[in-house]
Amino acid sequence: MTFAEKILAKYGGERQVTPGQIVTVSPDHLLTHDNTAAIVQKIQEELEKYGIYNKTFPVVVLDHVIPAASEKTARNHKIIRDFVKKHGIKNFFDIGIGICHQVMIEKGLALPGKLLLGSDSHTCSYGAVGAFSSGIDRTEAAALMLTGETWLKVPSSIKITLKGKLKSGVMAKDVILHIIGDISASGATYCSVEFTGNIKQFSVDDRFTIANMGVEMGAKNAYFPPDEITTSYLDQIGIARSSYTPVFPDRDASYDMELEYDLSNMVPMIACPHSVDNVRKVDEVAGIEINQCLIGTCTNGRVSDLQITARILKGKKVHPDVRLLILPASKKVYEEALRNGIIEILVKAGAVILPPGCGPCLGAHQGVLAPGERCLSTANRNFKGRMGCKEAEIYLSSPATAAVSAIYGVITDPREVIKT
Amino acid sequence: MIIKGKAIKYGNDVNTDVILPGRYLHLTDPEEMVKHVLEDLDPDFLKKFHIGDVVVAGRNFGCGSSREQAVMCLKYAGVGCIVAKSFARIFYRNAINQGLPVVESPDAADIIDSGDELEIDINEGFIVDKTKNLRFSFHPIPGFIKKILEAGGLIPRLKKLGEE
Repeated sequence: MTFAEKILAKYGGERQVTPGQIVTVSPDHLLTHDNTAAIVQKIQEELEKYGIYNKTFPVVVLDHVIPAASEKTARNHKIIRDFVKKHGIKNFFDIGIGICHQVMIEKGLALPGKLLLGSDSHTCSYGAVGAFSSGIDRTEAAALMLTGETWLKVPSSIKITLKGKLKSGVMAKDVILHIIGDISASGATYCSVEFTGNIKQFSVDDRFTIANMGVEMGAKNAYFPPDEITTSYLDQIGIARSSYTPVFPDRDASYDMELEYDLSNMVPMIACPHSVDNVRKVDEVAGIEINQCLIGTCTNGRVSDLQITARILKGKKVHPDVRLLILPASKKVYEEALRNGIIEILVKAGAVILPPGCGPCLGAHQGVLAPGERCLSTANRNFKGRMGCKEAEIYLSSPATAAVSAIYGVITDPREVIKT
Repeated sequence: MIIKGKAIKYGNDVNTDVILPGRYLHLTDPEEMVKHVLEDLDPDFLKKFHIGDVVVAGRNFGCGSSREQAVMCLKYAGVGCIVAKSFARIFYRNAINQGLPVVESPDAADIIDSGDELEIDINEGFIVDKTKNLRFSFHPIPGFIKKILEAGGLIPRLKKLGEE
């Protein structure tokens, strides 16, 4: 059995499952964010009558529009805080703690071999530590809040073997953009995407970037087999090894599709407007003028991402026609970046630091674009209108490409600057 | 469950940001939400549309965010059913849980043209294109999902189960 089959068999109480089979599961946690207000409104009456399934099951993170940008969002946040208090929800993270997906991993709520569902499409990120995680809709989340149980279809699986080693200036983001460009935005629809091969070169941060974008090729979940890199990360954040049991695919697992990529051939990639699979090599689009750069988000807002950004911007200035926005994925990342002097370098270079949250990525506030403007972003989506304006263009890249481009004011190959 | 309406056809990868753009996500009033349905994909959608009409599309319909409003605005507008070559999985589940019928039929999605008169039988699993005089079959959905659709969504279904 593949990873997805094994974990769904485990949670479904079956010895063996096959793709297409439907299993009933009780996930370890349910994640909801600013949409918690809309979710609980659906089940007011039932909540009064039966209460929530249990106090440790939901994880509620305020991250989407923080601090509140309007009276409407402020009211929304208030409804959520009241709900959390009333029901004694243990895992609540108010504004400023971080983006929900980062919080799930940092707080040790997503662990190897666990099953998690969340009412956000990028819930697939936790495959970075070997968990099975998938996005669901609000109504499903409402039902889960009450019952703690739902159904899942066992997906077919795709195996992606990563061979060779990335060259300097090429990042995990380039790998996933390359793959999505190759198999398309629907290339992994309904599938479990299971990575293997030379993954030791990827930190948990890198794996997070790749798993985060699984949904951009339609995947149900993405998975990296836990190894010593995973366990040492979890040791570091204070998670006892006895609190999780990794699940691995069998050697003879049957995959719908097997792909192999040689990383040593990969180059920096750019997803061009208006779809994530409209991917070009950086030299094909180099020279395109940009007005804004966004470095951060749940895709690329971790310390290693900010570190490479600072390395590139140290002693330099952001181009006068470019606004550089930095969006750390969490308070913890922010604190570490402060301690390491990263924030100081970035601020001196001319960057604006945003609070840890979703910021302008979904176009609600903090860096919305004007018609005709172009943004180079390290986020995961470049759909038309995504950053608040349908006449604006969004290009996606790695933090290295975005940082170098911020200096020159045009899309630039980072390898021209990062020689070593 | 039988749906009758005209087809309005779009291409591949119709994403949730064009079904209901992020700038309207704060809207809660159904009437307000409906005004912007598919606005960034087809500003004339509401001019062509009559209640009960069927949205027909290519691969990966509803890809992108898990926003429920993408389904809600289509449902509030009165879309009878969505027929596509394939759906993004979150959208598919979203639609069922909101009581909006969705049908995966690559053949039908290929051949049906905008303006064709359709009749869709969800229980029996077929689509009739009356304009072209063609019939397409699809795998009928499992019984427990049918019950969710019939109840008008997952929450009404749960309420019903609670009462039973």
